[in-house]
Amino acid sequence: MMVLWRVVRLPRNGGGVAGRWFFFFFFLPHPPPPSRRLRSPSQHAPAQRSRPAGLNPCAGLNKSSGGGEAASACERWQPDALAQMGWQGEMTSDCDIRNTVGNIPMEWYQDYPHVGYDLDGKKIFKPIRNKDELDEFLDKMDNPDYWRTVRDKMTGADVRLSDEQVDLVHRLQRGQFGDINFKEYEPYIDFFSSETMIHPVTNRPQDKRSFIPSLIEKQKVGKLVHAIKMGWIKPRKPRDTTPQYYDLWAQEDPNAILGRHKMHVPAPKMRLPGHEESYNPPPEYLLSEEEKLAWEQQDPEDRKLSFLPQRFSCLRAVPAFSRFIHERFERCLDLYLCPRQRKMRVNVNPEDLIPKMPKPKDLQPFPTTQSLVYRGHTSLVRSISVSPTGQWLVSGSDDGTVRFWEIGTGRCMKTVDVGGAVKSVAWNPNPSICLVAVAFNESVVLLNPALGDRLVVSATDQLVSSYEEPEEAREQPVQWAAPAGKEHDAGHRLHLAHPKAVRQVTWHSKGDYLACVTPDGGSHQQVLIHQVSKRRTQNPFRRSKGLVQCVSFHPTRPFFFVATQRHVRVYNLIKQELSKKLQANCKWISSMAVHPGGDNVICGSYDCRLTWFDLDLATKPYKVLRHHKKALRGVAYHKHYPLFASGSDDGSVIVCHGMVYNDLLQNPLIVPVKVLKGHAITHDLGVLDVTFHPSQPWVFSSGADGTVRLFT
Amino acid sequence: MGGLQKKKYESGSATNYITRNKARKKLQLSLADFRRLCILKGIYPHEPKHKKKVNKGSTAPRTFYLLKDIRFLMHEPIVGKFREYKIFVRKLRKAYGKAEWTSVGRLKENKPSYKLDHVIKERYPSFVDALRDLDDALSMCFLFSTFARTGKCHVQTIQLCRRLTVEWMNYIVTSRSLRKVFLSIKGIYYQAEVLGQTVTWLVPYQFAHDHPTDVDYRVMATFTEMYTTLFGFVNFRLYQTLNLVYPPKLDCRSEVDLKGEFEEDYAMDSESYLEKLSALSASLARVLNTAEEEEAQIDQFPVEGVDLEQMEAREREQKDQDAHKRLFEDLKFFLNREVPRESLAFVLRCFGAQVSWDKSHCIGSTYDVTDETITHHIVDRPSVDKQYINRYYVQPQWVYDSINCKMLLPVEDYFLGVNLPPHLSPFVEEKDGDYVPPEKLKLMALQRGEKPVAEQEEEEEEEEEEEEDDEEEEEEMDEEEMKEEESLKTIEKQRAQNKVSSVKVTPGKMKTENKVRMEQEEKAEEKRLAIMMMKKKEKYLYDKIMFGKKRTVREANKLAAKRKAHDEASKGEKRKKKTKQ
Repeated sequence: MMVLWRVVRLPRNGGGVAGRWFFFFFFLPHPPPPSRRLRSPSQHAPAQRSRPAGLNPCAGLNKSSGGGEAASACERWQPDALAQMGWQGEMTSDCDIRNTVGNIPMEWYQDYPHVGYDLDGKKIFKPIRNKDELDEFLDKMDNPDYWRTVRDKMTGADVRLSDEQVDLVHRLQRGQFGDINFKEYEPYIDFFSSETMIHPVTNRPQDKRSFIPSLIEKQKVGKLVHAIKMGWIKPRKPRDTTPQYYDLWAQEDPNAILGRHKMHVPAPKMRLPGHEESYNPPPEYLLSEEEKLAWEQQDPEDRKLSFLPQRFSCLRAVPAFSRFIHERFERCLDLYLCPRQRKMRVNVNPEDLIPKMPKPKDLQPFPTTQSLVYRGHTSLVRSISVSPTGQWLVSGSDDGTVRFWEIGTGRCMKTVDVGGAVKSVAWNPNPSICLVAVAFNESVVLLNPALGDRLVVSATDQLVSSYEEPEEAREQPVQWAAPAGKEHDAGHRLHLAHPKAVRQVTWHSKGDYLACVTPDGGSHQQVLIHQVSKRRTQNPFRRSKGLVQCVSFHPTRPFFFVATQRHVRVYNLIKQELSKKLQANCKWISSMAVHPGGDNVICGSYDCRLTWFDLDLATKPYKVLRHHKKALRGVAYHKHYPLFASGSDDGSVIVCHGMVYNDLLQNPLIVPVKVLKGHAITHDLGVLDVTFHPSQPWVFSSGADGTVRLFT
Repeated sequence: MGGLQKKKYESGSATNYITRNKARKKLQLSLADFRRLCILKGIYPHEPKHKKKVNKGSTAPRTFYLLKDIRFLMHEPIVGKFREYKIFVRKLRKAYGKAEWTSVGRLKENKPSYKLDHVIKERYPSFVDALRDLDDALSMCFLFSTFARTGKCHVQTIQLCRRLTVEWMNYIVTSRSLRKVFLSIKGIYYQAEVLGQTVTWLVPYQFAHDHPTDVDYRVMATFTEMYTTLFGFVNFRLYQTLNLVYPPKLDCRSEVDLKGEFEEDYAMDSESYLEKLSALSASLARVLNTAEEEEAQIDQFPVEGVDLEQMEAREREQKDQDAHKRLFEDLKFFLNREVPRESLAFVLRCFGAQVSWDKSHCIGSTYDVTDETITHHIVDRPSVDKQYINRYYVQPQWVYDSINCKMLLPVEDYFLGVNLPPHLSPFVEEKDGDYVPPEKLKLMALQRGEKPVAEQEEEEEEEEEEEEDDEEEEEEMDEEEMKEEESLKTIEKQRAQNKVSSVKVTPGKMKTENKVRMEQEEKAEEKRLAIMMMKKKEKYLYDKIMFGKKRTVREANKLAAKRKAHDEASKGEKRKKKTKQ
C-alpha cells in the first residue's frame, strides 16, 4: 500500500479569504516496486506564499482539469502526464476506464499483461499491439491525425488530442499560462501593508499570560544573577582600550638592570656571511668535485659550511633556499635550549707567552758544533768515559770491544777485546791511578790501558799487585782474580766475577771504591761495592727495594744514591741509614747524574722527562723538563762549568745551562742552550750515553750508530 | 676539630643550579608551557663551570637553569594567565560536550589573553638594548611575512608581520640608514645602522615555501609573538624619533600622485593602503608638517686630549657617510618586471633614488618606461627589445655592488648579457694574512681613486711579455745547458788525464756566511729553546694559537692556489680561442 499526499494550493479568488485546501487520498494495490520510492511531502508543498498566485503557470491547468494530478504533472512538465490528462478529458465522456494505479512509473507493469485496475478493481489489459515499423510508417503517411495522436501510458491506448488540447500544448510550449482567461498582471493586494488599518486583523482579546511576568524567565534571570554574584560567570570584561603599540621606553631608566642580569649571557649574533655564500662567488670559493664529495659524506654537524657554495649567472636564476625555515628554526632552538656559558677568551699575543730567558750567547761557553767523530765500533756504543786528565776517552760497545781514543786527534789508541757486549765503562777519577772499569756479561774487569804518564801506569800496576792476602779469608759475594799471561798483557789487572749480569759500574771520587749494579727484581744483591785496594766486596743492602737502575756516589760526602724505577734513595754510608727518598714523578728512571756540588741530582727517564732535584728544597723535583721527543738514555753534569746534557733516542743531545748558586735562597737557573744533532737513529735508538770533558766545555756522546761524537 | 660535618652538595654551585624537570615542577607548568615561558621571558639554560659538582657527582648529561632565573619566573603574571587559559580550555570543552551553546559563547567572549609589554620592558630596560637584539626579530618577521595564509600559523600573525616589516622598511628608507646589502644563496642580507647600532637581517627570496615537516611551528610562533611585540614598540619609537606619524601614513602630496586608475581592481581599500606603503615609492607623512629639514650641522666642541687628526678623521668619516647616503640621488631608475622589485625599490630608495616600475607590475609606480629622464633601467634578462638611447641598461647586481663599494661603479661590467664580476660579501673584513680575492683588491683600488687600466690591453701586453719571457727563458736554458755540457766535457777530459793519480787537491772554496740569515737562524733557535722551557699550560695555549694561525695561512694558501689554477685554465681557454680565430 502506498499513501500519496497531495496538497495543492489554489489561487485566491479575489482576496480576503485564505485559500482552500484540497486533499486527495488514494489507496491502491501495486505490484512490489523494484525500488520503493517515497515522495517526500515537501516535493508537493504548496507554492510559496510570497509569490503572487497569478504567476503560477499551473493555475489554468488546475482549473480546466480540476485534479491535483495535473498540477504535479505540470510542475514536472512531463509529456506522458499531459497525455494522461488529455485522455482523461476525452474518455470521461464515453466509457470511463480510469486506471486507478495513480501517479507511478508505469515501467512497473512492463512484465504484466495488464497496466492497472479500473474503478471496479478489474484489471485493465494492455491492448494488443502488433504494428511493426512498416505499419508505423504507413500510419504516419496515411493518418492525417498522426501528429496529434499520443500513446496513453496508463491504458496503452492511442489517444487523439482535441483542438483545445493542442492549443494548450502550444501555449505551454510558448511559456504562456494554460488558462486563456487568466490575467497575469492583476494588482497584488498585500495583507500586511505599510498602511495602518483602522480595524484589527483579528478581534481576539489578549491572553492573560501577556500581562503576568513569566516565572520561567524569572528563574533563569535569578540563576544568572546568582552565578554572577558567586563569580561563576563573569559579565563581559571591558575592552582593552590601550593602543597596541606605544612609547614603551618613555620613562627609560638607564640604571634599570635587573638582578638576574648580572649573570645574563647575551646570545651571540648570527655569523655574518662570507664570500662563499654569495650567489655569484669568486671561482676559488666554489668546491671542486672531490671537496663536494667529501662535503656530502661528512656528518651535517661536522661540516664547516652548512651549504654548498653555488654560482648563478644572474639573479633571476637564484632559487629559494630549501633549508631557510630549518635554519631559522635551529636558531630559535639555539636561543632557548642551548646552555650558555661565559668563556673568557684569552686574547694574548703568543709571543708574550714565551718566557723571557737569558740569551744563550750570554751563557757561553757551551758546546755548539760537532767537531770530531770517533769511528771504529761496529755495534752500538753503550758507554763512554773520559780520563781525569782529559786526554783519553774510553768507549765500550756491543761488539765486545773496548776502545781507547785520543780526544784531541780522534785516533783509536788501543782496542781491547773483552769477549762480551760491554755494558758500562768507567775511568777511575783519581788522576794518580790509571784504571778503567769495564762491565760485560757477569764480570767486571779493571783494565790498565797503559796510556799517558808512564809513572802513573807503573804506579797503578804496583798498587794492584801489592795486594796481600788477608790471614783469614772471608766469604765474599764476588770472586776476585788477578789474571796473568796474555790477558795481563792486554791490560787486564783484576777480574771480578759476579753472580749476575752487571749493568753499571761507577767509581767513588777517591778512586778506591767501585759500585756495581746487577739488576734483579727479587734479589737483595743488586748493588755491590768493591774496595779495590783491599779486594773486598760488600753488599750494603739487606733487602731489595725494587729494580735498581743506576747508582752513584756523592762527590764529596759519604752519601750513596740509588735510583730504582720511580725513586732515588739517598743513603748515608757512615750512619748506614736512608737519609732521603726522592720521588721522580716519572715512570721509569734510566739514568742519573749528581751535581759536583752534591746538592743537585738530575734523572733521565724513559718517558722523555728530565727531572732536576734540589736536595735542599724537597724530595719532589724542582723542575721537570720535557725537551726530548723520545726516551732519555743518558744524563751528565759538567765538573766545572754550569752545564748539563741529556742524550735521547731521538738522536739529539740537549745541553742546558744549569747554574747552582751558593746562596741558598736562590734556586738553580735552568736554561736550555743548545740542541746538538749528529747521531743517526738506528733500530729506534739514538744517543746512548753522554759525558762531559773534565776541564773543557765539551760534550761526548755515544750512539747506536757505532760512533762517538765530540761537540765543542 | 668540632662543629657539624659539612655535607656535600648543600652549598655552593650545587645549590645555584636546578635541572629542567625540577624547575618545571617548581613552577607547576607543563613542558610546553614551560618552554613558552622560557622563550617569552628569555630564560635559557646555563652551563655550570663544574658540571660534576652541580650534578651531585653524576656525569649524566643534563641541562641546568639558574635557580635565580626560575625564582624570577615564579612571580610572573603570565604564568597565571597560562593557568587561566588551561582552565578556559577545560570549561570550553565541557560546555561543548554538554552542548550548552550560550555558555560556549560566553566563555569565548571572556577568553583570557595576555600582553607582553611588561616582558619587553623587563628584557630590554633601555631602547638601545632592544635595538641590539633586533636581528633575530627582523629575520623572523620577514620570514613570517612571506608565509602563505595556509594554516601554518594564524593569518593575523602573518598580516601583523607584514605590516611591521613594511613599517621597518619605510623607516629605513626615510632615515637612510641602510649600509650594506648582500645577495647570498640563502636570501638577501641587509645591514643598517640604527641609532648607532648595526642591525643585520636576512630576507628570503620571494618564493612559496616548501614547509618542512620536522620543524615545530609552535616554537616559531611563540618566538614570533614575542618578536612582533618587540618590533612594534621599536617601530613606534623609531617613528617618533623621526617625527613621523605612527602607524605610517603616506605624504598627502604623494598620496595624490599614487592615486591609480585601477586601484579598485587591484585590491580592497583596506589592503591597498598597506600595499602602497609597501611599494616604498612615496615618502611618509610627518607629525609637524615642516619641510624636510636639513640635517643640523654638528657643532664641534674642542675636547682636550683629542688630537686634531682624530677630529679630522671623524669629520672625514662623517662626510663619507653623508656621501654614501646620497649615492643614488638625482638618478632615476626603472625596474623591469623580472627583477626582485621590493628589494631593489627598498635599496634604491634608501640611497635617494627615484624608482618606478610597470603599472601592471605593482601598485605605486610613479612614472612610465617611456619617461625620457630615466637614467638607469634595471633588467635581468639577456636582451631587451626596445632600448632607449639615453639610459643605461644594467643588471641588478650593479646596484648592490655600488652600495657595498660606496660609489657608483662603472656600468660597463654590468651591461646586459655580460658575464658578471663576482658578488663579494661586504661583511668580510680581511685582516692581514687572510686571503683577499683579487676582485676585492680591484674594488679597493677603485675606492682609493686609482683608475682601472684598460684590462684587455694589459692582458694582451702581459701575454706578449710572457711570450717574450718564455723565449728568453728558452734561450737562457740553452745557454745554461751549453755551459754545463762544456764543463762536463772539461771534467771528463781532466779525468782522462788524471786517471793515474788518485789523490787530488782541489782548491777550497770560500764559505760566504750570510750574516742576516745566520742572525735569523740564531733567533729562531733561541725561540725554539725558549719554547722548550714553557710551562705546560702555556705551552698548550701557545700550541693552540699557533695551530689556528697555521690553519688560516693554509686555508688562504689553498684559496690562492685554487684561484691561480682557475685563472690559468681560463687563460688557456682564451688562448685556444684566439688561436682558433
